[in-house]
This record gives sequence, structure tokens and C-alpha cells, in this order.
Amino acid sequence: MGIKKEKKENVSRRDFFLKSGAIAGGVVFVSLLDPLKAVFAVKEPKDKRKKWYGIGIDIEKCIGCASCARACKKENDVPKEPFFFRNWVEQYTITNEGDIKVISPNGGIDGYKQTVPEANIYKTFFVPKMCNHCAKSPCTQVCPVGASFESEEGLALVDQSYCIGCGYCVQACPYGCRYIHPDKGVVDKCTLCYHRLKKGLDPACMMVCPTGARMYGDLHDKDSKLSKFIKDNNCVVLKPQLNTGAKLYYNALSQEVH
Amino acid sequence: MERFESLYNALKHLDGYIFPNEIALNWDLLIVMYPYITGLVAGAFILASLNRVFKIKALQPTYTLSLLTALSFMLVATMPLITHLGKPERFYEMLITPHLTSAMAIFGFVYLWYLMVVLLLEIWFDYRYDMVIWSHEKKGLMRFVYKALTLWVSDTSEKSRKTDDKLGYFITVVGIPSAFLLHGYVGFIFGSIKANPWWSTVMMPVIFLFSAMVSGIALVLFIYMVISYLRKQKTDILCLDTITKFLFYILIIDFTLESLDQIHRIYVADESFDILQILVRGKLFVTFFILQIGIGTLLPLGVLGYLQFKKPKEKVRKVIYFLISICVLVGIFFMRWNVVIGGQLFSKSFYGFTSYKVDLIGGRDVILSLTWFIVPFIILTFLLWLLPPWKKHHDSIIEN
Amino acid sequence: MPLQVKRLLLVFGFFIGSMIVLIHFLTPDSFYQFGHYRGKALDEISNHEAKYVDVKSCAMCHDSIAAVKDSSFHKSINCETCHGPGYKHIEDPEKNKMDKPQDREFCIICHAKNPARPQKEIKQIDAVEHNKGEVCITCHNPHKPWE
Repeated sequence: MGIKKEKKENVSRRDFFLKSGAIAGGVVFVSLLDPLKAVFAVKEPKDKRKKWYGIGIDIEKCIGCASCARACKKENDVPKEPFFFRNWVEQYTITNEGDIKVISPNGGIDGYKQTVPEANIYKTFFVPKMCNHCAKSPCTQVCPVGASFESEEGLALVDQSYCIGCGYCVQACPYGCRYIHPDKGVVDKCTLCYHRLKKGLDPACMMVCPTGARMYGDLHDKDSKLSKFIKDNNCVVLKPQLNTGAKLYYNALSQEVH
Repeated sequence: MERFESLYNALKHLDGYIFPNEIALNWDLLIVMYPYITGLVAGAFILASLNRVFKIKALQPTYTLSLLTALSFMLVATMPLITHLGKPERFYEMLITPHLTSAMAIFGFVYLWYLMVVLLLEIWFDYRYDMVIWSHEKKGLMRFVYKALTLWVSDTSEKSRKTDDKLGYFITVVGIPSAFLLHGYVGFIFGSIKANPWWSTVMMPVIFLFSAMVSGIALVLFIYMVISYLRKQKTDILCLDTITKFLFYILIIDFTLESLDQIHRIYVADESFDILQILVRGKLFVTFFILQIGIGTLLPLGVLGYLQFKKPKEKVRKVIYFLISICVLVGIFFMRWNVVIGGQLFSKSFYGFTSYKVDLIGGRDVILSLTWFIVPFIILTFLLWLLPPWKKHHDSIIEN
Repeated sequence: MPLQVKRLLLVFGFFIGSMIVLIHFLTPDSFYQFGHYRGKALDEISNHEAKYVDVKSCAMCHDSIAAVKDSSFHKSINCETCHGPGYKHIEDPEKNKMDKPQDREFCIICHAKNPARPQKEIKQIDAVEHNKGEVCITCHNPHKPWE
């Protein structure tokens, strides 16, 4: 009886190690499977002569006319309804009590109505938003098929003939820049007017801005307008804590802007 | 204008400020269904492995049923995803050019692995001997079907049965971490989105895994009782008691994990906390506090905990178990709802909310979700007819 | 090796084989050219027609208006900001005319008084009270708004 019991204990102990080993092996297996090439969607070209696009927006110059939003919709055939935007303009109003009100009626295209009486306004300003063309973009990281990618010049683009419309990238973008096109069923977003850049033209939104608040350029060229803008001003990006490598630099961005 | 009617309605009911693109909720009811169904698969399989690998003999009556349930739901698991796609005809691209940094792409392969290597193989090894016997007994088309299922192997020797048993055991052992991987990856799909603070937590894969196990066990409990009722057979009370005992233990772990996640969130109270607090107390109040926590967790915990100490009569217990299994199934469904829908209701600007109205009558997402939930039961009925567990030939080899 | 294992390996071998074949045939040609995406996609994206033309095109024909605009406050504003995209007009100037916004609402888009508008960037007026009901271009030449 004693020997049989011992044998059974040995068997069950062996089983236990087998199972623990299986589970431990499974965990190691899982961790190895996890993508190690996680963050960098595309390596910034080492050759500094190659273009590396960035964008600059000067909040102090923005008058909230939304010409940029209007022009973008016309240039890129964005659906006219107020639910789909490649770029838009927000108005922030901070009252004397510290309340923060943000509005963006039809992305700014319909103009702004200020409901807070002027005496009660502590601070108010406009913030244009668009795709940040992040260097370490979370949107390209999560695309399951490779339809969202980063071009070699640092632009986050979408291959609409290959996109399956899963919407994972829409969820992953921290800035709300992407949307599912209602007619095409695939993802659409700002391309920095790649089709215009290739023809030697400026992006539509940059061109129509009446005050020159928007600019873009080559971050590798230290003499470009954009590089000088970043150098001469205190420029920050949105949500820096997420480490997206955003290349849209704002001047005079207030902390309330998310 | 009618196309966007729901969006114009949502625009009128905006609360605070949202990014203009956020008004449309992209991941709708179908994406709630998808982790729910994969969770049921993982959970049912874990129950089967408790019997096979951890040698809990009391669970023997539900062993094969758990496997067949897991298979029925597994076959349907990707359908909610595919029908949700903007371009469903391009779904194959995920398998042809998978982007390996994407959890969704890796999931495609984990799914294939689990379906083919774990589930199908284990059921095959379990049924092979019986399928050979049935292929001899039946005539005509069914004879051909069974012969094909056995891959035209007609070996019924004891040696071959020992091989089946050994290999089946090995597959089950591999299947346990595979089940963890399967549903852990679904959790990772959400947990890795740093843009969304409601989803972005290290606990997400673990929470998903344990809630999956809870839902799977409850499902097998439910199906076992229903099938026995339909076949006018008595349920094994020891089996039921054991299932609910494991349900109780794993529900405790699940509740602990979810509580830890929320307590940590409340204590640390980082940038996103203010908006999330309004979300949970407002739009998610019913689905979170009443349905997920109340009916889905605290009620089963209380009842099952009480039953561990004081066991009422068999008949009463069976009714209680049946009702509790439904409560748990509903609770875990709403846990998925709170994660998926809740995560999209608040704006990433942290300044406002959008809304999601489920068209209970005729909405595309509702009809499809219901379909994908009912179809596995139809598949299960078919499998139970094709491979009836109660007609299997048990003998000492399997019992040991 | 037991017979059932041999048969299973056959089935799995067939399955993996067909996956490899499918991957080979279904992967698009230009995939992996520059990275994990179709290289041809770059050309497809750049094929989109440019609707806004470049800055100098308008002045080639409308040089007098451009000269007037360059002498006043609106000189930094692109013609197409107010007149819309010019690609159709450049193709056939007679058939396709540009937008010529005449109404009050148009100028108000930029010039309405709004505390968020920086005063040093743009002159602002009370959208309702300033010359109530009048059309702006009655008094202001849009190309030389301040005589």
C-alpha cells in the first residue's frame, strides 16, 4: 500500500511539474511572440539630405477662419457632413472660474458663437488640429495588414486599395485624426497633400491660411522655415507623454489643449 | 441625409466636446460579441482541461461536451470581426501579409493554431476510436462521412487507443497555454492601445482571460443542464457541484483582478480619471454597476459562496445553478460591453462624450450579433448528432 | 510511427503547403518594396488631382488685380482662400468661373469680432452692428480693403 501511494505521489508531482512547465513555456512563448519591433514605424533616414517632413502651427497667429478645414475638404474630396474631417479648428474658452469650454462647430467651418460673456472670459484662443504624422505612430503600428504605413519622408499614409476597414488605427490614434470613409468603407486621413507635394505644390491647408499660421517643411534642413520656427519659439507637441514622436509643433500651446 | 440620421441625432445629444471624427462609434456591438465568443471558447476548454490534465474526475460528464461547445463557438469566433470590416472581402490579407507589430494580425494565427492544432486535434483523438466503430456500424453516406473523419484509419487496437490517449493528453497540456494565449491576445488588442486610458492597462489581458474562463464555465454549466433536460436524463449532481465550485473560485480571482484595476485607477487618479469617473457614474451606470458587478459578479459570488457552506436539496441547487449560470453569462457580456463601448463613449480630448444607440429592432449590428451568437448553438446541435458523447465506448483506458 | 499520426501529418502538411502557395500568389507585387506596405500605393496616392493651383498661376492672367492686392493688407492672402480651387478655371477660363463671394457672411467668417482672434493679426468688427445689413464690398474693395 505504501509503495503504491508513493508511486502515485511521484506521478502527481511529475504531472505538476509537467503542467507548470507547460504554462511557463506558454508564457515564454507568448512573450517571444510579442512584437519586438514595436515602436518605430519607419526609421528616420540617417542620410540628412533625405527629407523628413514636419509641421508647425503658430497659435498666436490663428484667427479661427477655418479656411484650412474648408480647403482640405474641397481638395481631398472629404465628405461634406460634419462627421468626417482630415483637419479642423477648435476654440478654447477658459472662464474666470476655471471652466474649460471647447467648441468646433462643423470643424470650425460654420463659424464660432461665443456663449460666455466677455467679462467672464479669462483666456480664449483657437487651435487647429490635423494629423501629426508621428515618427513612432501608434496608428501604423496596429494596422494588421500593412495598409497604414509611414513613407520614407515621414508621412503617415493609408493604402486605400489594401485597407480592410477594421478601424484599429482609428482607435489607436490619440489625436482623433482618422475616420472611416462612409462611401469607401476604408480609413481616410490627412496625407499632408502628398499628391501636391509630389507636384511641387504646398498642402492646400498651408496655402490658404491667411495669416501664415500653418507651415510645413523638412526637419533635416536646419535653415528651413519650419526648423527656424521651432528654434525661435517654445514649441511643444500634443500628448508628449504618449511618446508618439508627433511632428506637429505648436507655438504657444496652452496646457488645456489635449 | 437619412444615411447619417443616427449621426445627426448623436450630434444633437453631444455632451461636452469631442473630436469631430469621434462622433461615430466604430467598434459596435459586433466587436462586443467577438471577445465574448472567444472567451466562451477559452473558458469551455479550460473546464475540459481541468478534467483531462488536472484529473478532476467529477467533471467527466462534461468533458466531451466542453470540447464540442468550444469547437462550435470557435468556428464562429472570427465571423463578428469579418462582418464588421469595412471591406470584408479583403479579410484574407491579414493572413497573407500580416503586419507583425499588430496584435490583430498575430491573433489570426493564434486563432488558426488553436482551432486546428488544439481543438480539432483533441476532439479527433478523443473520438477516433468511436468514429471507427461508427463507420463500421452505419451505412451509406454516414459510413463515408465517418470514414473520412477518421482519415481512413481503421485501427482499433488497444495500442492505437493508448496512442490516442497519450497524444490527446499532450495536446490538452499544450492547449492550456494556448487558451491563455488566445484570449490573452484579445485582451492585448485592447490593452495595448495607449491612446485610450480606459483600455490601456497591463491588467487587460489577465482580466479578459479570467472573465473568459468564468463565462466559459458558466456556458458549459448552462448547456449541460439544458441538454440533459432535453434528453430527459438526470444531471450528475457531483459534476454540477464541482463545476460551480470552480466557477466560484475563478469568479473570486476575476473579481479581485477587476477590483484591483479600478482601485488602482481611482487611487492614482491620473489625467484621464476625471472623465472616466463621469463615464462610469453616468453613461455606464446601469451596465457597469447593476449588470456587470451586481448581477454578473456579486450576486453569483454571494449565492455560490453561501452554497459552499450550506447545501440545500438537490432540486433547489439545480435551479439555483441554472439561474446563476445565466447571471454570469449576462454579466460577462456586459463586461465586454463596458470595455468596448465604454472606451469609445468618451472623447480622447477628455472633454466630452458621444452616444451609442443600439437599434434594437432592425439595426444591422444587432441582427448580425444575435446571429453569430445563435449559430454556434445550431452547430453544437449538429455536432452532438454527428458525434454523440453519450454513445461513446468508455473503458478503462480512458478512465485512467 | 502510428498510422493515425502519419495521416495527420499528411493533412497538416497539405494545409501548410496550401498556405505557402496562397501567400506566394496573393501577396501584391510591390509589397515589401519599401517596407510593410505596397510600394505602388505611393503612386496611387500621388495620382489624386490637385484642385488648388499654385500661387503664381492666378497672377499670370490677372496681373493687375494681383498688383492691387499686393499693395494692401490682403497681400499675404492667397487668391484661392476666398475664390476657391482654381484647377477647373485654369483648364477652361471661359466655361468654368471661379467663386466670387459677394455676401456679408463671407467676410464675417474672418472679420467678426471674437475675443479668441488675436487683435494684431486681423482687424475685427461687430458682425451685427457694423453698417447693419450692408454688403461689405459696397465700401471695401476686397483686394484693397483700406483705401
